[in-house]
Amino acid sequence: MDELINVVDWSRWQFALTAIVHWLFVPLTIGLSLIIGIMETVYYRTRNEKWLRITKFWMTLFGINFACGVATGLILEFEFGTNWSNYSWFVGDIFGAPLAIEGIVAFFLESTFIAVMFFGWKRVSPRFHLAATWLTAIGVALSALWILVANAWMQYPAGMEFDPEQMRNVMVSFKDVVLSPVAVNKFFHTVLSGWVLGSVFVVGVSCWLLIKRNNRDFALRSIKVAGAVGLAGIVLTMWTGDGSAVEVSKYQPMKLAAMEGLYSGSEGQGLVAFGFVNTDKRPFDGQKAIHAEVSIPKGLSILARHDADAFVPGIEDLIRGYAVNESGDTVYKDVSYARRIEMGKTARQALRDYDAAMKRGDAAAMASAKRIIDDNFRYFGYGYLNAPEDAVPPVAVSFYSFRVMVMAGGYLLLFFIVVAWASWRRKVNLLQNRWFCILGLLTIPVVWICSEAGWVLAEVGRQPWTIEGLLPVNAAVSAISSGSVQTTFWLFVALFTVLLVAEVSIMVRHIRRKAETDMFYEPEK
Amino acid sequence: MLRWPRRVVRFYTDGFRSMTVGRKLWVIIIIKLIVIFGVLKLFFFPDFLGSRYDSDADRAGAVRESLTSVDSNCF
Repeated sequence: MDELINVVDWSRWQFALTAIVHWLFVPLTIGLSLIIGIMETVYYRTRNEKWLRITKFWMTLFGINFACGVATGLILEFEFGTNWSNYSWFVGDIFGAPLAIEGIVAFFLESTFIAVMFFGWKRVSPRFHLAATWLTAIGVALSALWILVANAWMQYPAGMEFDPEQMRNVMVSFKDVVLSPVAVNKFFHTVLSGWVLGSVFVVGVSCWLLIKRNNRDFALRSIKVAGAVGLAGIVLTMWTGDGSAVEVSKYQPMKLAAMEGLYSGSEGQGLVAFGFVNTDKRPFDGQKAIHAEVSIPKGLSILARHDADAFVPGIEDLIRGYAVNESGDTVYKDVSYARRIEMGKTARQALRDYDAAMKRGDAAAMASAKRIIDDNFRYFGYGYLNAPEDAVPPVAVSFYSFRVMVMAGGYLLLFFIVVAWASWRRKVNLLQNRWFCILGLLTIPVVWICSEAGWVLAEVGRQPWTIEGLLPVNAAVSAISSGSVQTTFWLFVALFTVLLVAEVSIMVRHIRRKAETDMFYEPEK
Repeated sequence: MLRWPRRVVRFYTDGFRSMTVGRKLWVIIIIKLIVIFGVLKLFFFPDFLGSRYDSDADRAGAVRESLTSVDSNCF
């Protein structure tokens, strides 16, 4: 048992580490690819050589990030096969199909057109080059789409049927998998947040150029593009974030309750603006959930349901089986968690019976067991829980990661309002102000923290599930030793540290070297 | 017939030759791919089910066995 917990925990940490590091590179690729596309379009339309120099500078930084980040996502796929073999098999082609499409799209679109982007300046027409740049940006977004579709399916499994003989979920509706409301929202929210991150990066580096004073016009032009993209990005990210909250309230109400530290819900539920999570609190123990709580009246009802008087169930309500219908106007008694556990155990027992019947070659018994599995499969994963409380995600991590994301997002909105206003209204003195430039530089880590906090919330908030309601994490792992997972964990720590140091040092060296020259008039190599 | 493939090959070879920062990046990419595929995949990340079972039916059986017998504890 201890060995299982160790394997589960180490595999979790390893996957989290790999995903977090992978996500340091991806949003910058998404954001910079769009910004470069816009800059090159300006060059194409104006034929102003300054925009060409600007495009090339940011394209090089895009290349450095792409080179350091490329293939770090492959390690996640290795981990699926080695550490999460039950999960990998259980999800079947539902996970495999989007990942395969992602591999093909990423390989053909990105590798082909990135080569044209970097090698093609003097070899292809400006029009073809511009098309390659935009196709790279589209390829990057499409790659993200398939990964996010796979992730969204884990949060909201749809469009599949479970086949106990193959022990796999078989896709019955590609449309339901790809166009599930969770997938669509997740795609836009994530890609748009990449625009914000890329914009902060461009503004931050440009601020550094402004501090160095050699490339004032270069930096101001870059900020003008990034300011506009960043403002559009953060407004749209917040809009899709609002959509995410509504989706979570419908399909993962336990996640919503956990991220609010809400144990007992009500109509017109307030949103916690400030407070500390009582980490000793357990469902039904009567303790206060949040210390020093300051709430926005009716805030959570508005956020989750766009209705100030809507009922938002808390953790205890959900455990008892209370739920709200999709339109948010009716509270009804759904299946309690205790009952779900019973149904899950029934499904697992039926799966055992199916196995035994299959070994005997008893078709009638197999059909009978299959019927029981089908009737109870919706709660299959609950059969691994000992008590309803086991279905509660870590409240403190969910609570704080949500607030870090929202607070950083709020700050980024203000930041981009100022940047866009100042750059488009030519308030050059403000943009060149040393303190403003330092703020721009310091915003770079803020946006990464914001982005990672969003993922922490998405993934920790859905615990204990790898697939919502169907497969908990402890059932998804392979029967391997925790020692081997620990070894690879530390190997990854070393590998990723080297990669990050390499990326940051090459980038900083490149920026520094360029900053010492006048980038508009530096002779081209 | 061979003009197009030749042009594509020359496009890449000339591109690689004219790189400055890119050379360093290619060194990073190649080392990384060697570590990922030549070390991690080969020695540390075998396909758990693929390497232990011969057929999909056996793999399905192993997963069924594992999912019906795993300890009922979440944390």
